[in-house]
Amino acid sequence: MNTTQNGRGLPGRQEGAEVSEEKGGPAILVLEDGRVFHGHSYGATGETFGEAVFNTGMTGYQETFTDPSYHRQIVVMTAPHIGNTGVNDEDTESERIWAAGCVVREPARAFSNWRAERSLEEEMRSQGVVGIALKGTRALTRHLRDRGAMRAAVSTVETDPQKLLARILEQPTMAGSDLTSEVSTDRAYEVAPPEGVQARFHVVALDLGIKAMTPHRLAERGCRVTVLPASSTAEDVLALDPDGVFFSNGPGDPATADGPVATMRGVLEAGKPLFGICFGNQILGRALGLDTYKLTFGHHGINQPVRDTRSGRVAITGQNHGFAVDAPIDRPFDTDHGRAEVSYIGLNDQVVEGLRLLDRPVISVQFHPEAAAGPHDAAALFDEFVDLMSAQPAPAAR
Amino acid sequence: MPRRSDLSSVLVIGSGPIVIGQAAEFDYSGTQACRVLRSEGLRVVLVNSNPATIMTDPEIADATYVEPITSEMIEKIIAKERPDALLPTLGGQTALNAAVDLHESGILDKYGVELIGANIEAIQSGEDRESFKGIVESVGGNSARSRICHSLQECLDAAEELDYPVVVRPSFTMGGAGSGFAHDEGDLRRIAGQGLALSPTNEVLLEESILGWKEYELELMRDANDNVVVVCSIENLDPMGVHTGDSITVAPSMTLTDREYQELRDIGIAVIREVGVDTGGCNIQFAVHPTTGRIIVIEMNPRVSRSSALASKATGFPIAKIAAKLAVGYTLDEIPNDITKETPASFEPTLDYVVVKVPRFAFEKFPGADPQLTTTMKSVGEAMAIGRSFPEALQKAMRSLEKKGVGLTWSGAPGDKDELVERAKVPTETRLRQVQQALRAGATVEELHEATRIDPWYLDQMLRLEEAARALARAPKLDVSVLREAKELGFSDLQIGEITGKSEAVVRELRHALGLHPVYLTVDTCAGEFPARTPYLYSSYDEETEVPAGDKPKIIILGSGPNRIGQGVEFDYSCVHASFALSDAGYETVMVNCNPETVSTDYDTSDRLYFEPLTLEDVLEVVLAEQAAGPVVGVIVQLGGQTPLGLARELEEAGVPVIGTSPKAIDLAEDRGEFGQVLDEAGLPAPKYGTGHSFEQAKAAADEIGYPVMVRPSYVLGGRGMEIVYSESVLADYIDRNAEVSPEYPVLIDRFLDDAIEIDVDALYDGRDLYLGGVMEHIEEAGIHSGDSACSLPSVTLGSEDIERIRNSTEAIARGTGVRGLLNVQYALSSGVLYVIEANPRASRTVPFVSKATAVPLAKAAARIMAGATVAELRSEGLLPATGDGGDLPVDAPVSVKEAVLPFNRFIDKKGEGVDTVLSPEMRSTGEVMGLDVEFGAAYAKSQLAVNSSLPTQGKVFVSVANRDKRSMIFPVKRLADLGLEILATEGTAMVLRRNGVHATVVRKHSAGPGPEGEPTIVQLIHDGEVALTVNTPFGSAGQAGPRLDGYEIRTAAVVRNVPSVTTVQGLAAAVQAIEARVRGDVGVRSLQEHAAVLDAGREALEV
Repeated sequence: MNTTQNGRGLPGRQEGAEVSEEKGGPAILVLEDGRVFHGHSYGATGETFGEAVFNTGMTGYQETFTDPSYHRQIVVMTAPHIGNTGVNDEDTESERIWAAGCVVREPARAFSNWRAERSLEEEMRSQGVVGIALKGTRALTRHLRDRGAMRAAVSTVETDPQKLLARILEQPTMAGSDLTSEVSTDRAYEVAPPEGVQARFHVVALDLGIKAMTPHRLAERGCRVTVLPASSTAEDVLALDPDGVFFSNGPGDPATADGPVATMRGVLEAGKPLFGICFGNQILGRALGLDTYKLTFGHHGINQPVRDTRSGRVAITGQNHGFAVDAPIDRPFDTDHGRAEVSYIGLNDQVVEGLRLLDRPVISVQFHPEAAAGPHDAAALFDEFVDLMSAQPAPAAR
Repeated sequence: MPRRSDLSSVLVIGSGPIVIGQAAEFDYSGTQACRVLRSEGLRVVLVNSNPATIMTDPEIADATYVEPITSEMIEKIIAKERPDALLPTLGGQTALNAAVDLHESGILDKYGVELIGANIEAIQSGEDRESFKGIVESVGGNSARSRICHSLQECLDAAEELDYPVVVRPSFTMGGAGSGFAHDEGDLRRIAGQGLALSPTNEVLLEESILGWKEYELELMRDANDNVVVVCSIENLDPMGVHTGDSITVAPSMTLTDREYQELRDIGIAVIREVGVDTGGCNIQFAVHPTTGRIIVIEMNPRVSRSSALASKATGFPIAKIAAKLAVGYTLDEIPNDITKETPASFEPTLDYVVVKVPRFAFEKFPGADPQLTTTMKSVGEAMAIGRSFPEALQKAMRSLEKKGVGLTWSGAPGDKDELVERAKVPTETRLRQVQQALRAGATVEELHEATRIDPWYLDQMLRLEEAARALARAPKLDVSVLREAKELGFSDLQIGEITGKSEAVVRELRHALGLHPVYLTVDTCAGEFPARTPYLYSSYDEETEVPAGDKPKIIILGSGPNRIGQGVEFDYSCVHASFALSDAGYETVMVNCNPETVSTDYDTSDRLYFEPLTLEDVLEVVLAEQAAGPVVGVIVQLGGQTPLGLARELEEAGVPVIGTSPKAIDLAEDRGEFGQVLDEAGLPAPKYGTGHSFEQAKAAADEIGYPVMVRPSYVLGGRGMEIVYSESVLADYIDRNAEVSPEYPVLIDRFLDDAIEIDVDALYDGRDLYLGGVMEHIEEAGIHSGDSACSLPSVTLGSEDIERIRNSTEAIARGTGVRGLLNVQYALSSGVLYVIEANPRASRTVPFVSKATAVPLAKAAARIMAGATVAELRSEGLLPATGDGGDLPVDAPVSVKEAVLPFNRFIDKKGEGVDTVLSPEMRSTGEVMGLDVEFGAAYAKSQLAVNSSLPTQGKVFVSVANRDKRSMIFPVKRLADLGLEILATEGTAMVLRRNGVHATVVRKHSAGPGPEGEPTIVQLIHDGEVALTVNTPFGSAGQAGPRLDGYEIRTAAVVRNVPSVTTVQGLAAAVQAIEARVRGDVGVRSLQEHAAVLDAGREALEV
């Protein structure tokens, strides 16, 4: 089968010929600027819309697809072979696949790993996640790199790209989208430290699209974590008398997140130790009075270098963000909540990758120290948060 | 941290000759390092005994010492150059061991030389098994259960504890030399015995078997600020049990989840921090249990390794270059990524393609050797391929091997399924093909996983190929979608032809008619996240091409493919030189090659790099893609050895402009009849010859010529299949054994010239003028392959009349065949007659040696001539000397000796004994060294020192020679005795010596067994370390029992115990001169630049 429309031949199946590989029926991916890629259905059949972004991780597709930050995004995996290690019940970052659609080049026909429970394709089918296997994932990536992340659709039912394009243009853009309420838990729950680890602190985590690994990393360090819905107010948070407050990662445009920003301000005013990751970093930025903006194609991968502005050391981090905080990277600056500085800088493009208040126990990072998927280089940030809590007078140990 | 300001000069140690386990990759890394250091304004002093390297080009370092890599010689260099620092991590294990020696002998302290990029403690704790194990455990990792042993008895006791099978690993050896699996006590005695001997510390490690586990490697880099990045993960397709150098490997890893991968990464980083790797690259290997995931750390190398070269080529991240920068003080985030220019080197490359490396072996050169792959590396080269899927990359890699009987094929019947599955249980060089044939024959993934322990994911991908082949076979018509699908899985036109019953040419025509071509994608380190500024390209049947357009005229240079015996780094040297010279002359250079170990496949070497197989199909597509992107002047096929040469005719037929010597002229030189005519017309004698397409024809020819005859297949390099045949029955046997002899490729039969002096000539010809590059006189007589023979330049016994005859003959041949560029001619001088043995209108193996010995860049000049320049122009430009040439070197010109390095210690036969070391017309050396000094004896001594068989100046010399050699050995042996060496000899030889006044102690022959009082045989004496040198010339011919067998035992014992071994009388004479020079103590050091100054002064004096 021809897989893409590239002027070297038209798609079509020859009468009487057998397709050598067991693969899905025809599918198309259409971008909002009109570019069309042809491929085969992978996962559920149907039609899906979202912002097309590319992820450059060579491992961790299971964690990636189940990361709530990918809500309403169609994820193009640049690594060609996806699904090789199947899907297991341990590595999942939330209860479902959040990616609106998955684009891969070489879907695994057979999976092989001692922990695998089922295939990725089965998982996608059972969850109704539409995907496409197409040969031109690199061309698609280069297109998105040059022109920016954009709206897209994958369809196994529509054969006319123009019709699909018309529907794409009706979709909301990622800029201006308020999505946290769509991914957040609807009721509070608790993550207790593992057996043998004593609970030393109580952390309230605001779920803006939290990944399972984050409360786990806190719990490992002796934190009892109460996860609250995104809609929780500062009063709700403070009512639980936490030793520290955590703002999670999540999807959407931080400029729309007035609720979480207000909650953040309330927590800052209460002087509680605070830690934010990813969306949480952007919320902190906005709460401090800084602007956020949309990156052209964002950072989605697990090889992103950041420099700790104090130590000068470099960490390789997992990142997944399409927006960033606008702050001066070369000097401390004043905010509504005291002096602050940029704590980490992305080395590929000098993007703000972390904030720190100089007079208060408040830190946040744009990257993912919980690292699922990704390297564990920045795991010490959780220790830093624990230290901030330890330094507070009379911790309410429970 | 910026560059350290307290360093002004650095000594870099290279890796010496190419040997199995340590090959051209260290030329690549060393060259990069030297360039980086010089660009930082440092004075670079280099020592490397291997002339066939780019790094030893005089323009790469400020002072280049082509000298043996020994403490003794390096101390002399240090004393003379007084470098501030020593960088030892880019020259493989050789350089690291040399650094440890220099440290331990106090030389570094004495001269105040700082070790950079490494520290002794880290080297030792990385290499010392026991301390390494402690380090792994201290960071929470696991090692295999093991015991360190220093004697055979300790080994036997330990094995009882660990249970058989156990792995034996000698300490401080390279390429895993001497290691293996012992299944029982017999195995253990043999393997551990050799291992204890090979280890410089007489230490071996025995460890629990992890046979069949998954095997991974990580390549890491650390800087002085303790930043660590993982450059690449590599997964071995062959599970544990096969040395990683002999395994098919894949990057990135394909069958690990992120959690598992990150665990390896965490352990790797923790280990290199704990070991204390100073700065630079390091490599760490893991075994992972396939069903429990238990991770075992196998070993680490605190230096740039073979895998680092592979990782650099696989990712575009130049490990060696960056290691050199880190060594002089930079941190990773201060170094820009060369490929993107905008992002820093402190990141981890991400791949949107799959890389497959496959090893190339040379078992056919060692007929008795056990073909089973083990933990001792045996491969001599490798090919790498890049594709957008594993099947595509695998197919490209397999066809890059260019070896019959090894690649994936759909021709003929696959054979019996059960038998194929059974055979695939034993890892050999053909295992992947057996797996593929088994799939053809209907084997399942489960059956094959059970037999081979290859991960089912890989087997399923191979099944995918098989299913595609079946669908292709059933397709009623090869239309664009059917063809495209096959091409996406990497099927070649040839394979598609096999499957569909068409010729390769027909498939290609069809494909081209359908407009189906590959596109070329960039290796960009970042999976497309950032634009790439460096055109490092690979083909894939993918979406859109990334070949940059341009108006500059381009010349495409075809490289030499995977290293093999007979076609190694020397050819890469010529290709790289051509690229440099043509770039200087204003062309845009385009390199095509598939060998990851080379300088030619460094993205910095040429303006554009295509990492592609060197098959007709792949090369044609590159040419078409380049022609579509701008003007192409032509393709150079003459410099990469037989691989590109073999494509010349078909490329020309396809309308590709081949520049330099025309394909017709290339054929003419190979065609016995036509070439004979050229010789006749020029009045040049050749040994009587004949050609046979069958045994009958060969027999008739041999009868007419008269035995002994030299037989060989046409179109071969390295004397593949070349033998001296003494009788008709052996001739019949020869034709039987040589599958490569076919009606299409006849066998060539020549008269064998006994007692002749063999002469090798490299020359340039532009159609009008000849430039005689150099005349090399072989030290061994004719009958030993020129690649295995030591030679001297200038020749030390030829008179000026002989040289004139050689010059005239060479010119006549060049003119007669129509050479434009390089020409290599082999002559034999016998009883005053100069016979032409053969002529090759291409770059030869000796081009780098001649270039260095005469300080003239022959390959550069050749490339220019191919592009239209004349010898006269190049003389006036200064690329060639204004007057004179390599045939009339000044009297005080230095003497250069080339010596071959042979890999006998790598091979054992099925009984576990060594293979014979007698030299023959079949080339078996893997590399070469150069000894350079003002006179022959010292130069020869250095050449021997450099091949690690240091000639003794005291101790016992054992002499046993064939009857025909008894007369000629008397004088040299007498000289040895006069120099104070003690002579041991077998009965017959001893008697001859005594009658000539040389005292010789009689020792027992091996076949005689120990004496009644337990007197040891010579073989025992060698094993006991009593003998410092053996002189043993072979008796009779192969297959004869008796004396020959004794010689075999002696020679193999010498190999096993690393005792220098002389097997010809000419070699003995040279050895005596060398020993004399060493006894006199006049073996000094002088850099190539100093030698060149002497030569230039001499040439100027001649002009005046």
